[in-house]
Amino acid sequence: MRYKPLLIYLFISSIFLTLVGSIWKIMGTLQGLKLTEINFNINFLLALLLSLSLVFIGKRINHLIKIIVLPLIFTFIYIAINESAPIWYNVGILLISLFFTNRVKNYNLNYLKEDFVSEKIVFDFLSLFAIVFFAFIILFPFYLMFVTSFKLQAALLYNPLDLSIDFTKNISEQFKSYLVIFKTYDFGRYIFTSSIVSIGTVIITLIFAIPAAYAVARLNFFGKTFLSTSILIIYMFPAIVLVIPLYTVFSQLGLRNSIEGLLIVYTATTLPVAIYMLQGYFKSIPKEIEDAGLMDGQNWFGIIIKIIIPLSLPAIASVALYVFMIAWNEFLFSLMFLDNPKSFTLSRAINHLTGDAETPRQYLMAGSVVVTLPILLIFVYFEKYLVSGLTAGSVKG
Amino acid sequence: MNDTLSKIEKRTAYTLLLPAVFLVFAIVLFPIFANIWISFKEVQLKDIRIPEPRAKKIVKSIPEDKTKLKIVYKLRNSSLIEDINNIKFSDNLPRNIEPVDLDSRCEFKSKKIKCDFGNWEAKYRESFEIVIQNINNDVIDKNTIKSQKPKLSGDADNILLTTKFTLKNFKQVFNESEFLDLLLTTFYFTFFGTVGAIIFGMFAAQLVNQKFYGRTFMRSILLFPYVGPVVALAYTWTLLLDPNSGTLNALLVNFGIIDKPINLLGQKYMTLNLLGFDIKLRLALTTVIMFEIWRYFPLAFLFILARLQAVPKDLYEAAEVDGAGPLRKFINITLPQITAILSILFMIRFIWNFNKFEDIFLLTGGASGTRTLPINVYQQGFAVSNIGMGSAVSIIIVMLLIIFMIIYFKLIGKRANEI
Repeated sequence: MRYKPLLIYLFISSIFLTLVGSIWKIMGTLQGLKLTEINFNINFLLALLLSLSLVFIGKRINHLIKIIVLPLIFTFIYIAINESAPIWYNVGILLISLFFTNRVKNYNLNYLKEDFVSEKIVFDFLSLFAIVFFAFIILFPFYLMFVTSFKLQAALLYNPLDLSIDFTKNISEQFKSYLVIFKTYDFGRYIFTSSIVSIGTVIITLIFAIPAAYAVARLNFFGKTFLSTSILIIYMFPAIVLVIPLYTVFSQLGLRNSIEGLLIVYTATTLPVAIYMLQGYFKSIPKEIEDAGLMDGQNWFGIIIKIIIPLSLPAIASVALYVFMIAWNEFLFSLMFLDNPKSFTLSRAINHLTGDAETPRQYLMAGSVVVTLPILLIFVYFEKYLVSGLTAGSVKG
Repeated sequence: MNDTLSKIEKRTAYTLLLPAVFLVFAIVLFPIFANIWISFKEVQLKDIRIPEPRAKKIVKSIPEDKTKLKIVYKLRNSSLIEDINNIKFSDNLPRNIEPVDLDSRCEFKSKKIKCDFGNWEAKYRESFEIVIQNINNDVIDKNTIKSQKPKLSGDADNILLTTKFTLKNFKQVFNESEFLDLLLTTFYFTFFGTVGAIIFGMFAAQLVNQKFYGRTFMRSILLFPYVGPVVALAYTWTLLLDPNSGTLNALLVNFGIIDKPINLLGQKYMTLNLLGFDIKLRLALTTVIMFEIWRYFPLAFLFILARLQAVPKDLYEAAEVDGAGPLRKFINITLPQITAILSILFMIRFIWNFNKFEDIFLLTGGASGTRTLPINVYQQGFAVSNIGMGSAVSIIIVMLLIIFMIIYFKLIGKRANEI
């Protein structure tokens, strides 16, 4: 009998179960439950007991019985030694232990004698835990943003742990912060401005980038290599070093507080990456197709419109979505160039809200949901295109 | 024949490129060079408006005589440092109304008062009065007089276009006792942010590269922090970390892990006791780095995942036959396959983190020891209102960037085009 795999299994599986249980406890606390003890040590011992009995019972009794009986016992002991909590919380504990037992149902003393079994176990539980961990740390801020927009400032100051939403309120009361930001803070106008700026940037960028990318991909001219390397280099220069000269020039030209000014700047800063992404795709289109077009007497305009654009729609969609995302999320230039609330974009408007310390945080978070939700929905819906755009454009950040 | 074809090709290429190149030149390259110009000048934020002569018109009635009105023009030079030359003034009067005792600098002609005020030095102010009367001895309507706005014009130097240069900005930037600290903070932030994001990205990519239930869902949510708008995410984090009513501090206090809330974004140092050693941790900076890692590990994840999926499967199968465990497989197969991408990622992310402005600005505004070079550009240029200083810091950023880029292209420039 080799003890090392057994010990590693016991340790890592119990740690896993206890950690997941603790995360569940934190979630419970955030729903307003009065739980103040993590009880990590005792719960760890309990989990150890479960793991131990699982591996020693092994195949001696039916899987199904094992999977059902052991978690039930586990849950009852857990309820006994932890603080009292409502039914739904304990059902959660039962489900977690069910999941756990199901996961390790094939582990028994014989299995633990296989080659590299300890490494496999470690990797198994590590990746399981990583799934929970990543999902938790990524989704939690979004969850907080969403939930806070439905809470009252006073309730949160009184008990910052109670994030539960009161579903008994009527609709207009429930969505009050959203009504307020649209009515009092004029968010409808900001959504409109943001959309105009983002869509405008996409259209102008494509109009400028497609011909340029075609020239870089297909035509021979003096300075071609120089141009294609400078595209990448220019792209590396950050907005912050452009801000002061642009601010002074825009002030003198009266372009501040105007949508045109933003459009010009956004287009110019996204053009390099758009050209870079498009020319890579254009190069992959077989040249013979264009030659056929040339035979038909098309000029370059006809070739781009009738051949290149229809063939590279996926790449154009990627670029469009990527540019849209950048323009929608952009903050620095809108902070610098806009100080009249009439011309604010959404990001700038939220920043403006925080300038007043009196603004209740549910309004701030409602505004944040309003600016975040569209871009997340677009991302989920067009994930394929946006991911390829991101991968190509991820030199930027 | 061939010659003309290639000429046509060249001409087409230049036509197609011209709009894009022109725009990028005007908005990206021009400012970088303009920074050099501005950084050698003493310019304040308020100076960038071109100096203008201004007049505020006040109309006063004269109680003894209803047919007369007094107009007071509060004249001033809008600039505090620049003179304005050759100032011309004009204001219209309605029909039948004319001025009494006009100033010698002015003349009245075809319902217009025209004046030649000559030169005004900086900060110049004057109260200029005119009495007007109605020729028909009727009452003058005050509002019609008020509604006319006087016109002023004058010649002034644009401070940005003069050839007065100074080294003061650079001297001040380098002499600042905090400059070294500023540089260190920037590198600290950049380095740890980059390395952290790559490590997290590597774990996430390794994870998603396996088969498990909900994998596609996992892959999409892993990108959320990067896709979401920085403003919304930064403010959510500030709420989460708030010492008084933030969720994180409340949780930690609730479970008895800490005694009293920690101001994670507002406290410069925290002393940690590790194995008997007191370690002074840059607390706010560490928190900002955490946010940075959280927000940008998705990019590293995407890159590394794309590379992992291209690793031939038979390599792993062969290793399995040879009796290699998961750890050996990772060290001997996966790591060598991704080292190239990791080094490229490191360089690119390093440059981008070095430039990062929004995240720090929104979380701390550069307070409590989180002031990096880009934040300093903003603070000098817009908080202290010293445009020249801001430009000087920008130039330092550009210089450092050029050094990084030279290193980048020397080391991996050729390979970068393959990915």
